[in-house]
Amino acid sequence: MTALHLPLALAGAPLLKGVINRTKAFYAGRTGQPVLQPYHDLARLLRKGAVYSKTTTWLFRAGPVVSLASTMAAIALLPLGAVPALVSFRGDIVLFAYFLGLGRFFTICAALDTGSAFEGMGASREAWFSALTEPVLLLGLAAMVKLTGELSLTDLAASLGPQAMLEPGGAAILLVAASLAATALAENSRIPFDDPATHLELTMVHEVMVLDHSGPDFGFIEYASSLKLWALGSLVMGVLLPVKTGSQGFDLLAGGSSLAALAVGVGVVESVMARLRLTRVSHYLAGAAAFSVLALMIVQGNP
Amino acid sequence: MTLHNGRSAPLAEVPLLGVGEFRAAVIEAVGGGRGLSAFFGWRHEGKVRLLAALSDDSAGRLSLLSCEPGERYPALTPAVPQAHWFERELHEEHGVTPEGHPWLKPVRFLPKPGAVCGVTDFFQLKGEEVHEVAVGPVHAGVIEPGHFRFQCHGERVLHLEVSLGYQHRGVERALRGGPDKRTIHYIETLAGDTTVGHAWAYCQAVEALAGMEAPARASALRAVALELERIANHIGDLGALAGDVGFLPTQAYCGRIRGDALNLTAALCGNRFGRNLVRPGGAAADLDGGLAAEVLSKLETLRADAAGAVNLLWDSPSVAERFERTGAVSTDDCRRLGLVGPAARACGVNLDVRRDLPYGIYRYAMIPVSSWHTGDVFGRAQVRWMETQRSIQFIRELLEGLPGGPLRKEVAALPPGRVAVSLVEGWRGEICHAAVTGADGRFEAYKVVDPSFHNWFGLAYALRGQGISDFPLCNKSFDLSYCGHDL
Repeated sequence: MTALHLPLALAGAPLLKGVINRTKAFYAGRTGQPVLQPYHDLARLLRKGAVYSKTTTWLFRAGPVVSLASTMAAIALLPLGAVPALVSFRGDIVLFAYFLGLGRFFTICAALDTGSAFEGMGASREAWFSALTEPVLLLGLAAMVKLTGELSLTDLAASLGPQAMLEPGGAAILLVAASLAATALAENSRIPFDDPATHLELTMVHEVMVLDHSGPDFGFIEYASSLKLWALGSLVMGVLLPVKTGSQGFDLLAGGSSLAALAVGVGVVESVMARLRLTRVSHYLAGAAAFSVLALMIVQGNP
Repeated sequence: MTLHNGRSAPLAEVPLLGVGEFRAAVIEAVGGGRGLSAFFGWRHEGKVRLLAALSDDSAGRLSLLSCEPGERYPALTPAVPQAHWFERELHEEHGVTPEGHPWLKPVRFLPKPGAVCGVTDFFQLKGEEVHEVAVGPVHAGVIEPGHFRFQCHGERVLHLEVSLGYQHRGVERALRGGPDKRTIHYIETLAGDTTVGHAWAYCQAVEALAGMEAPARASALRAVALELERIANHIGDLGALAGDVGFLPTQAYCGRIRGDALNLTAALCGNRFGRNLVRPGGAAADLDGGLAAEVLSKLETLRADAAGAVNLLWDSPSVAERFERTGAVSTDDCRRLGLVGPAARACGVNLDVRRDLPYGIYRYAMIPVSSWHTGDVFGRAQVRWMETQRSIQFIRELLEGLPGGPLRKEVAALPPGRVAVSLVEGWRGEICHAAVTGADGRFEAYKVVDPSFHNWFGLAYALRGQGISDFPLCNKSFDLSYCGHDL
C-alpha cells in the first residue's frame, strides 16, 4: 500500500499525453485522437522490428534502454503528494536529479553516435538547455530542503502542506513551483521551449535526437518521455498542491487528478502561445534559475 | 523598343544590339529602377539570341532588347545582381558563358550524361568551429524536393545555398512548337498552386500574338479566380506560419478556411485549383446571378472567419516575438536582388503588376497595393493579410458589377515572327511569360518566369546571420514554388 506511486506512474503516464492532445484538439476545433491513443502507439511500436544503421555502435542501442531505466528509477524515488516513494533515503533528491541526467546523457550519446548533422545539432541544444535546467532543479529543491529541513523527497513532500504557504517562506514555495514548472516544460520538450508536434528537424531539440530510433527502441523513448512528464509533473504538483487527506486511496486519486489537471494546463499553454525563438530559451531558463535563487534567499532569510 | 503588357510586336522590331550596347542598356535600365522580368535565350536562325524584358518605365511599359552573344560575353551579374539566376540558366541551357559570373553553376541540372541533380560543389566555409548542415532533397513534411546547404557557426547561419532542379520536367521544351491541345494543360500544371495565374499569363500571351483581347466578362471572371487563388494561398500561408512557430489556433483554423476559398474556386469552374476556367480567347465557365450571390455570401463568412483566426496572430506577443526581425531583407538589397511579389512589398518596394503594368480588368478596376517596411517574416505575413482583405473587397466589387457580353472569342491562327510578353501578378508575385513565334506561326520559344525564380536567392540571402532553427519559418514566409522554378 505504501509504494503505489510507481505502479500508478507506469500505468498512467501515457495518459497525460493523451490528455494534452485532447486539450489541444479542443482549442483547434477538432475532436482529436482518443485519450488512450498513446497506449495504442506504444503497443504498435513494441510489435515492430527496429532498424539499426551499420555506422552506429552499442551506444546507439543503449540510449533508449538507459533513458527508460533511469526515468523509472527516478520515479521510484519520487512521492506523489502524501503517497510515499518506493525507495526513500536522505539525499535521494540529488540522486533523483542525476537519474534524469543519466538518461539524458545516454540519449545525447546515442544521438551523436549516428553522425547525423540533425542529431548532432539536437544533442548540442539538449546539452545547452539541460546545463541550464539542472541548476534550476537543484537550486529549487535546495530551497525546499532548507525550508523543511528534510533531505529526502518523501519526507520533504510529507512536511509540505497547504499551511506551509501561509508561513514565513511561503513565497519561496510559489517561486520554486514556478521554476520547477518551467523546468518541467523545458525538460519535456513542450511549448514554449520546444514543439513536440513539429516535423521541422531544424527547429527540434529533443525530437531530432531520436529520429534514427525505430520500433521498440522508439517505443521505449516515447514511454520514457511520458514517464518524465509524469515525474516532473508530480514534483511540481507536490510542491504547489500538496493534498493530504489521510487516506492512501484518496491521496492517490488526488495526486492522479492533479497531474491530469497539469496536463490540461500544458495543453492550454501549447494552444495559446507560440514557441520561443531558440536563442531566447536560455533567457527564460535563466529567469527560472533566478526564481530558484530568490526562493533560496527568502528561505535563508526566514530560518 | 517598348511594349505594353499583353501586346505583341514583330520580332524584327526588337532592337538587335551589339553585346557592349546591350549590356550598357540593361545596366542603365536596371540602375534606373527597372526590373529584369525575363532574360533568356533561344535558338533563332541557328544562333543563340538573347532577349531581355525590362519592366515598368514611367508610362507602364516593358522594354525589349536583344543581342546575339556568340560563345561568351562579359557577365551582367557583377553589375546587375538580379541577372544572377538568369545567367546561370542561360549558361546551362545554351552553353553561352557569361564571363566573370561569380557563381556559374546549373540551376536545374538538365539531364546530361554524367550529371546528377544536386551533385555539385557547394560554397564552403573552412574553420574548426564551422559546420555544414545538408537538408533535403527529401523533407519530413509532404512538400516538394529541394536541397539546402547551410554553413553554420553554432546556431548561426553564415551562408545558405539553395540547390534545385529535382522537379525539372522539361515543360518549356514541350511547349515549343505549340500551341496545341496539350499546351493549356502544361500551363495549368506549371505550378499547381498558381494555376489561374499561369493560365492567365499564357492566354494573354496567345491573345497578344493573335492581336486580340479577351472579352470584358471573361477578364472579370479571370480576376475573380486569380484573387480567390491569392486568398486561398495567403490564408494557407498564414496558417502554416503559425504552425511553424507552434501557434495552434491560427494554424488549425486557417487550414480549414483555405479549403473554403478553394471550394469557392470550385464553385466557379468545378475545380478547386481553378483548372478549366481560363482559356485562350476568354473563359470556359460562366456564372449566373444566383451563383454570384452565393459566392458573395460565402466570401463574407470566409472574411469574418479569417479575420478571427488571423487577428489572433497579431494579438499574441509570443508570435510577434518570433516574426519580428526574423529573416529581414533591406529595401536596397531587395531592389538589387530583384525580388517580386509579397516578399518585395514587405521590404517597402512598391511593385505590383496589377497597378504598374495593368492588364485585363485591372486596367479599369483598381486594387490598392499592400506594402510594409520591415522586410522580415512579420512584414511578409502582414502583406499577405492586407492583400487577402483587399482581394476579398475587390472580388465583391467585381461580382456586384460583372460586365455582360460574350464569354469567349475565337483565337485566330498565330501570325509568324512576333514576340509577346505577358505579365500577371500571381499570389507569389510577377509571373512573366514570353512567347516568340517562328515562320510557321508556332512557338519558336516559350519562356516561363515564375516569381519563385526571382525569389529563391532572396530566401538564401534572408537567412544570413539568422538562427538555423528559424529557416523553416523564413522559408514558409517566402513560400516559393519548387516545380514553378524547375519547370
